[in-house]
Parts: sequence; C-alpha cells; structure tokens
Amino acid sequence: MKKEDKRHMIVGRRDFCKLILGGLGLLLLPTVTSFASRKRGYERWYGTKYNPKEHRYGMGINVDRCIGCGRCVDACKKENDVPDEPFFFRTWVERYNIGEKEEVIVDSPNGGEDGFKNNTQEQRILRSFFVPKLCNQCDNPPCVQTCPVGATYKTDDGVILIDEKYCIGCRYCIHACPYGMRFINPRTRTADKCTFCYHRILKGLSPACVEVCPTEARVFGDLSMVASPLRRFLRMNKIMVLKPQLNTEPKVYYAALDMEVR
Amino acid sequence: MDHSTANLWPLLKEVTGYIFPNEIELHWGLLVVIYPYLTGLVAGAFILASLVKVFNVREVQPTYRLSLLTALAFLIVAPLPLVAHLSRPERALEIFLTPSVTSAMAMFGFVYVWYLMAVLLLEIWFDHRHELILRAEKEKGLKRVFLRVLSLYSKDIRPAALAFDKKAVYVITVIGVPSALILHGYVGFIFGSVKANPWWSSVLMPIVFLFSATVSGIALMLFLYMVITLFRRRKLDMACLDKLANFLFYMMLIDFTLEGLDFIQRVYQAEESIKIIGQMISQRIFVSLIVIQVLLGMLLPLIAIAAVKIFRFPAELRRLIYFVSAILVQVGIFATRWNVVIGGQLFSKSFRGLTTYKIGIGGMEGLLVSLAFLVLPFIILYALVKILPPWGEDATHRRATAAN
Repeated sequence: MKKEDKRHMIVGRRDFCKLILGGLGLLLLPTVTSFASRKRGYERWYGTKYNPKEHRYGMGINVDRCIGCGRCVDACKKENDVPDEPFFFRTWVERYNIGEKEEVIVDSPNGGEDGFKNNTQEQRILRSFFVPKLCNQCDNPPCVQTCPVGATYKTDDGVILIDEKYCIGCRYCIHACPYGMRFINPRTRTADKCTFCYHRILKGLSPACVEVCPTEARVFGDLSMVASPLRRFLRMNKIMVLKPQLNTEPKVYYAALDMEVR
Repeated sequence: MDHSTANLWPLLKEVTGYIFPNEIELHWGLLVVIYPYLTGLVAGAFILASLVKVFNVREVQPTYRLSLLTALAFLIVAPLPLVAHLSRPERALEIFLTPSVTSAMAMFGFVYVWYLMAVLLLEIWFDHRHELILRAEKEKGLKRVFLRVLSLYSKDIRPAALAFDKKAVYVITVIGVPSALILHGYVGFIFGSVKANPWWSSVLMPIVFLFSATVSGIALMLFLYMVITLFRRRKLDMACLDKLANFLFYMMLIDFTLEGLDFIQRVYQAEESIKIIGQMISQRIFVSLIVIQVLLGMLLPLIAIAAVKIFRFPAELRRLIYFVSAILVQVGIFATRWNVVIGGQLFSKSFRGLTTYKIGIGGMEGLLVSLAFLVLPFIILYALVKILPPWGEDATHRRATAAN
C-alpha cells in the first residue's frame, strides 16, 4: 500500500478485524465472572464437624399410614415461617377419593393443614387415601438446570436449596418443577420450597414434618448409611416415585402409591 | 401482612378440578407474552431485510433500511418486559454477569448481545456510515458533533472504503440470518425445553416460533411501509407490496402447516396430558386459539391473499386486503404467543384441574405497562428514522456525489 493511501485510512483492515474480534471477545466476559463468583452460601453453615459429602438425604412416605391430619403442613409452616395464606406450601397433603365409577376426586383444602371434612353419605367411595407431598429433592433437578443465575443449587448431600439473596425472581424454576413444589415467597419475593429443614438436619434432627407425624408415615434418613431407617423402609416396601418418566430421579420415595397420584 | 396477596383470593373460586395449592398464582403474565412477540418481530424484520442483501430480492429494497431500524427499535425494547416481570428486577444484571451455563434462560444475555452488537448495530453502522459522514460535513455545531460521534469519527469515503462497507454489510447479513434464526429459535427453546409442561414441551416449538416470527416480521413491515408511505405522501411501490404479501403468504403456509402438524401429533399421540389440554383449549383459550389465532389471524388472511393471487384484483383493493391482512396477522401472532405462554399455565401439573388468568389494569404486570411496552418500539423507531433516515433520497444524493 502506498504511503499516501495509508494517511487517509483511520483504521487499517487488519486492525479493524482485530477490533471487531476483540469486541466480540468481551461477550465471553460473563462466563469468566460467572465462574469466578460461584456463590455457595450454604458452606458457611457447615462448621468443621459436618462433611456434606458423607451424607445423601432422602425421605420415605408410606401412603397407607397417612391419616390426613395435616400436622406436618402446620409444623412446616411454623418451622420455616411459610406465609399463612393457602397459596404457599412447602408441603401439603392431598386426599384421593375414588368413586364407584372409578371417578377420581382430589382435594387439598388449605393444603390439608386443617385436616379434611368427612365424605358425605351420598358419595359412594370405593377407596380413599391421603398423599403427603413435598419437594422431591431430585437427583436430576430441572429447577437447578433452568435457574439462570445459579441461585438454586444442589448441595453435596443432595438437598436442593435456594439462595434468597441471589434469586432474581424470574420464576423459570417454578415452571420447570413438574411437581408444583415451588412458589414465590411474597416476603422475600424470591423462589421458595421445602429444604428438608436443612437447618435442622445439619444438627442431626429430623425435618419438622417428620418430627410431628403421629403415624410415622414419613421416614427421613441418610441414603448413604446402610443401617438407616430410610434404607430399611426402601428394603421392606415396594417403592415408587412421582412422575418417574420425566427422569428427575426423586429422592422422596413412596410406598403403596396409587396410580392415580401425579 | 407486609405483602399483598389480595389478588389471589378471588382466583380460588375460578379453579375447576384439582390444582396443586402453589399453582393459584400464575407466574408468567402479559409481560412474558409480549417478550416473545417483540423478539419475533425483531427476527422477522431482520430476515426480511436479509432477503434484499443475501437473496437479492430487489422488489423489497424499499423496506430494507426501515426493516433494520425496526428490528433495532424492537430489540431495544425486547428485554424490558422481561426485566419488569422479575420479582427482584434490581438483580436483573446477574443474568448477564453470572449466568448459570446450564440454564436456557441465562443464554439470553449472550444471544441478545451478540445479535445487538455483532449483527444489527454493525450492519446499520456500515450501511449508514457514508451518509453520516456526508451529513456531518453539511451540519454545524452540536448536530455535527452528534453525527460525527455516530459515524465513530470515520472519515474515509474513498471508493475502496465504500466498497468495503458494502462487502461488510453483505458478510454481516450472511452471519445475521442464522443469528436471527437462533435468536427466535432460542426463545422457542426456553418454552420447548420445559419437560414438566406438556403444552410447551415440544421439539417443534423453536421451529414454530421461528416461522411465526418471520410471519409477524413481514406483516409488520408491510404495515409500517404502507402507513409511513402514506404519512410521507409518497406513492406506494406496488411491486414491493405484492412481493411482501407473497412472502407473507408462503411463510404463513409453512407456519400453519407446522402448527397443524404439532397439533395433530399431540392429538394422535394422546399422552397422559391430552385430556386436560383438551379441556384447557375448550374451556379456557377457545376464543384466543381457535377464533383469533387460527380463523382470524391465519386462515382469513391466507384466503384473502390467495384470492389476490388468483383473481388479479385492482391495485386499490390489493392494498386494502394487504393492509387488513397485516393487521389480522399481528393480532393472530400476538394470540399465538398468548396461547403458548398463558395457555401453558392454565392447567395444573396434576393434570386434574384448570385455573384462570386475570389481567390487572395498573401495576408492573398490568395492562397499562404492557401497552407502554408495545408502543415504545414505535417511538424509538420514530427517533431512529429521524436520526438515520432510511429513505431513498439520501441514496440518490450519494449516487450523485459518487458520480461527481
């Protein structure tokens, strides 16, 4: 290129291409910052004695034992300060009434917190049962996969938690959960759900719902311990999980689960 | 109570069957309907613009620059409803700064910035650079400085540099076409990848989104071209209009076929969710799906444009049919977005019950804010057209100066 030509050029072609590529390179900056700022808020709770890698928590639910008293729902709301209104539940109990003509009527008034009204005499009920529901703490959790900022995460002991200081309230996780377990807590305006009472289990206590259940319909335990009550529960019963076809690999295991339950 | 849940109580009465207790609150409202609608218009307008540059469709040249500016105006607004719908909007930037790489939604930042910076702004800049330099020379004072800044202080208007501009526009458009497809295909993927929701979860979702985006974009440009030409008191280029309507027709045919296939596939497969989806359609979205989306927004314009093609109507009647069709298509595509976003939340994941959605007037998620987001792109477009006039006059002027 002639000297004269160069004087007119503000930016040469090569420099121009470099500028463009450099500019586009800036697009990758968020990836770097993302890895640099991986937030793991729960680690500060552990202290020195607790090693999350040594545990893997799960829950067993014996449908035949649940009497629909709703004490678990009440205990959960009190323990975890869940808003009182009937739109926010970390756990609830459903009643299934299957009539003579195989029609299925499901209800859960106020999440079953106040118990259930008796069926009337006119209703011809073939069979009836209660099903407690809570976050399934999936091993392959769609909520964690979809959270755009990593505010929902899986701990090393297998519990799915939400960092309420980080959640942006986009609600994608709520849509991703096949079990309807998540809600927006109106106080924090962030996603909320069952944590297996993580603050309790770290201290070796059971979750509040398990603690208050009068019939031991709920069994909490450590899947990594062969001698735990939960492992015994899994050995002694025919086990089913909710919506297994979605490959979420739940860690809440149901015994005597009916095909009508979704 | 330090929070308001008053709006949820009346909804309890609207529930039919059984829904999970946490499902009373409908999480993605009108704002999230507007988001895919706006991005669809962006992608559609850009694809139309690329017809001129990449596929050399000369007839639609009058809409080329306007399409680019329209795409930019709508792209600027597109993320706003998303941010507004967050319950913690002050944390919105986290999506850009600390994205979780497994999240379909987190990719939004990358896709958006790529499309804005690497495609639209770059192409518009190269396309307008020459004019900006010439205009800056003619102006004085602040206006001159402004135009100089817009041209990024480039001065080179030698034929070689102008040839490079042209080449750059071509290359960017070639990159831009797949980018536009990715932008809207990606929006479809946000919904299509939610396996928990049978109304959304479909492999066809990104593809249907893409074609409906193209349909809406072409219809918007048809509409804008007619309205703006009217206001400028110029003559409409009928060859351009006919070509636009032609493209609109074929894109609608493909879109309609794909949506039909998706529907037939669902009905024939008849999975566990088919019963509740059937109830949802017949009891909740019948008007918006069957009447507005399919009959008014799709079949009527298809038949009207087909009639134009068969019967060779006079120009005046053609213009009228195109204009009405363009509006109907817009309404139809908006209904399409509505039916996907809202429809997908009207049935319970227990597949045993239905809920309802009520739009508020005020508030962040209300009707007024939503209308503002729909009007805002046109205001921005007006400003963009003032700053970067897309009309032919300047081009003629350029040709004249180049000849000198």
